[in-house]
Amino acid sequence: MKRIERTNDFVVRFANVNGSGSASANNLFAKVVYRLGVPVSPKNVFPSNIQGLPTWYEVRINDRGYLGRRGGADFIIAVNGQTLRDDYDMVQPGGYFLYDSTRELPAGFDREDITVIDIPLTQLCNDEFSDNRMRQLMKNIIYIGALAYLLDIGLEPVSDSITKQFAKKPKLAEPNIRALEIGYRYAKKHHTDSCGLSIAPSDSVGERILIDGNSGAALGALYAGATVVGWYPITPSTSVVEAFERFASRYRIEAETGRKYYAAIQAEDELAAIGIAIGAGWNGARAFTATSGPGISLMSEFLGLAYFTEIPVVLINVQRSGPSTGMPTRTQQSDLLSCAYASHGDTRNVLLFPSDPHECFEMTADAFDLAERLQTPVIIMSDLDLGMNDHLCTPFSWDDQRRYDRGKVLSGEELDKLEKKWGRYLDIDKDGICYRTLPGAHPDKGAYTTRGTSHNEYAAYTEGSAAYERGMNRLLSKWETARRLVPMPEIVMRDNQKKLGAVYFGSTAASAVEALDRLEESGIPINSMRVKAFPFQGEVFDFIAEHELVFIIEQNRDSQMEILLAGECQVAPGKMMHVNNFNGLAITARMITNQIHTTLLAREKPFISPAPVAQKETP
Amino acid sequence: MSYVRPTFRHPDAQKNKLGYTRKAYEGAISTLCAGCGHDSIVSSIITAFFEMSIEPHKVVKLSGIGCSSKTPAYFLGRSHGFNSVHGRMPSVATGANMANKDLVYLGVSGDGDTASIGMGQFAHVVRRNLNMIYVVMNNGCYGLTKGQDSATADKGSKSRKGAPVSFESIDLCELAILLGADFVARGFSGDKKQLLPMLKAAISHKGMAFVDVISPCVTFNNAPTSTKSYSWVRDHMEATATFDFIPLQQEILTEYDHGTTIPVALHDGSIITLYKREDKEILTNKKDAINSLEEAKAEDQILTGILYLNPDSEDFHDINQTTDTPLNQLTEEELCPGNEVLQAFNESLR
Repeated sequence: MKRIERTNDFVVRFANVNGSGSASANNLFAKVVYRLGVPVSPKNVFPSNIQGLPTWYEVRINDRGYLGRRGGADFIIAVNGQTLRDDYDMVQPGGYFLYDSTRELPAGFDREDITVIDIPLTQLCNDEFSDNRMRQLMKNIIYIGALAYLLDIGLEPVSDSITKQFAKKPKLAEPNIRALEIGYRYAKKHHTDSCGLSIAPSDSVGERILIDGNSGAALGALYAGATVVGWYPITPSTSVVEAFERFASRYRIEAETGRKYYAAIQAEDELAAIGIAIGAGWNGARAFTATSGPGISLMSEFLGLAYFTEIPVVLINVQRSGPSTGMPTRTQQSDLLSCAYASHGDTRNVLLFPSDPHECFEMTADAFDLAERLQTPVIIMSDLDLGMNDHLCTPFSWDDQRRYDRGKVLSGEELDKLEKKWGRYLDIDKDGICYRTLPGAHPDKGAYTTRGTSHNEYAAYTEGSAAYERGMNRLLSKWETARRLVPMPEIVMRDNQKKLGAVYFGSTAASAVEALDRLEESGIPINSMRVKAFPFQGEVFDFIAEHELVFIIEQNRDSQMEILLAGECQVAPGKMMHVNNFNGLAITARMITNQIHTTLLAREKPFISPAPVAQKETP
Repeated sequence: MSYVRPTFRHPDAQKNKLGYTRKAYEGAISTLCAGCGHDSIVSSIITAFFEMSIEPHKVVKLSGIGCSSKTPAYFLGRSHGFNSVHGRMPSVATGANMANKDLVYLGVSGDGDTASIGMGQFAHVVRRNLNMIYVVMNNGCYGLTKGQDSATADKGSKSRKGAPVSFESIDLCELAILLGADFVARGFSGDKKQLLPMLKAAISHKGMAFVDVISPCVTFNNAPTSTKSYSWVRDHMEATATFDFIPLQQEILTEYDHGTTIPVALHDGSIITLYKREDKEILTNKKDAINSLEEAKAEDQILTGILYLNPDSEDFHDINQTTDTPLNQLTEEELCPGNEVLQAFNESLR
């Protein structure tokens, strides 16, 4: 058997039962790798359940910084009897399988191409701890201890992290460190040379931080001055608001009185959640809501109201697998079309596509400026993988000179200075954006009724076709202004002949970059464009027009970005080729390279030679 | 079609403490059917705000969809209004109120808007005790879609179309009391003498003030067989306890002189004087309030008046501990923690 022997480039997968406290132990492992300066990307694959069902935690370690999902696992820690067989079968040839040998492996576990590492986790734990809860929790720490030895991490980096984690509760650190040492010592004694994988301290991480996208978005909302949030619990968006409340309860308290500079309202449903945000936005507060697929469906009527009455609101959509309830704890990018055109009638909404937690922070903060400038809903298109998993990213920073762009809001004094009659929907500046007023601004000027019914330039109800058409056309003119304000796509040129192009967006970025690097290394240079926003700019249209064949890489079944591009960009038929993954797990570089290879091989025109061989895909 | 109210007013028209005449509180001319009960309620709303000398621009009008929800156009033309989506006024009102606690929020809804499509939002805005006046113009039918029964239509009652209502009706007042509203009242659009002080008290109340006003639909639900018709309501109306609203420092003479009076002070110092009926307890007790409603129902009566009142109400901002400055007036200084905090946060992750 040829063992996998690698340093700082492999995948460790933990197979656990959910509700057993494994998440924090596994998280500790990822954090230790991060603190050793080695780029790491943990992904939690969890069920829609609180206790007793299988859950996995997959940690990719890659010194080159490729941190999308790789697929497969080189080292599996199997502590869930329910999935033991599947986990065993999943180990890559040459890989390692660590299991709780308190119970013997059943018959038929006889692979000869992997190294089996037996550690009696339960036995060791029960010998040391008597409390039932401790026995459950510390078992997880014992295998972390074993890993500290097997992967050459050493005890110290792990115990340092534990001490740091329990800095405020040192009593809790003690049993953890004890459990850690038990695992370490056992592995050292019984598996001296069992593992060819190792982690060596590196400086590849640099200044980067490891954090989840939902925390980034929450901080963005906090820094952008959001004061009102209406929300309804739904995975995977819940932690956006939970994080916001956590930060706000710390940084948004009036010093003298202890009173809050914010109001976070858990509403009765998603309709009310966005209704609250819209009511607050209408009345001049920066407001947002966060939701996921089913919530988007429920919020659609209100999105149309905000679009048509021109009210700023920020919506953070942490996408999950649909349709309907779908796979609520699995990732996807499948709300593009439902968000871009959310609501009945001719409606279109501004979308932003962050690709890492740093962009979740920046784009959410920018979204409040955009929403108020454009007086329209702005939707942040995050997803479960980006929102709930930790990702390595540029540290957050804030320009203290930055001032919020509150958009075109007339104060009482400004109303007094107006020479002409004010109209809520008068396009004075010819950019499609009109001046609004807030309740209470002036005793007898600037009052109007906001209505979802058709209205003229002075906000009066009208069923006149001409006024209705003028309003709808002006909204299109505002859409053109939005096109100029949203972030530009990021284009990377690898081939000046512009034969092949690839478009991707959001959390697909990590795997897409890795795939495109691999393809270039194998002689297939593909230019790429990461789309950051909808509406698309001319640059997006041009990129597609200039290339002979463009791959659209996305995480949904129906190629929603391709449909959006085809509809908005006048693309010639056959020009775009889709590259999809919709299995609920984050797309891998291998999936991308394989689909691109397959497409190229099937085409008459020889884009590549010699023909590449597809690699085997692993789930 | 648009209507413009004549601008001429009597030069000696009465002025309120702010120096405004009633005109400053009016809106566009109603486009509702002639004789619509809603127009009477509109008139009482105008009078209430005028007589209480509340600055019109400090009032926010919100509504959902339906005949009732059109009425904010007919009063307080100097106030901002928000005609939102069907059944969702409460959430929009919640957000608006969160943004600026210093304004008066008046929500207008109908029985379809509240008791059917908006039941969930109604229940939860009551539960949150949002500081607002929530008026339901209750006619037991869907007027704007031509007379379908609503969920408040009484079982067995016959609308113009003649078919008796098959289902149990929803008593919004009783429900509001159960849900925790601290001010619950029921009026009749045909009884301005009662409605006006009721609205004034609702405006003075801090927290959710729920006012259900029976308001006959002259076009679709005014048949003598309908329990929401003018004639039926007049014949079956029974006031809980008559009452008067006495603004702060400004005693007004009551036209009622029977019973024992019990003053109840509201948070702004104004006083509601409830005239205790000999056989009824004063309705600051939830259990008594619900009993009274049920007893009246058993006798085929509609109980009107202030049905329940908790003068020590805490509104949502009290519960949330929101700062005194309206949230929409805070600036970067209060809202943005700054780069130093962010750098420390980055460091805490390392």
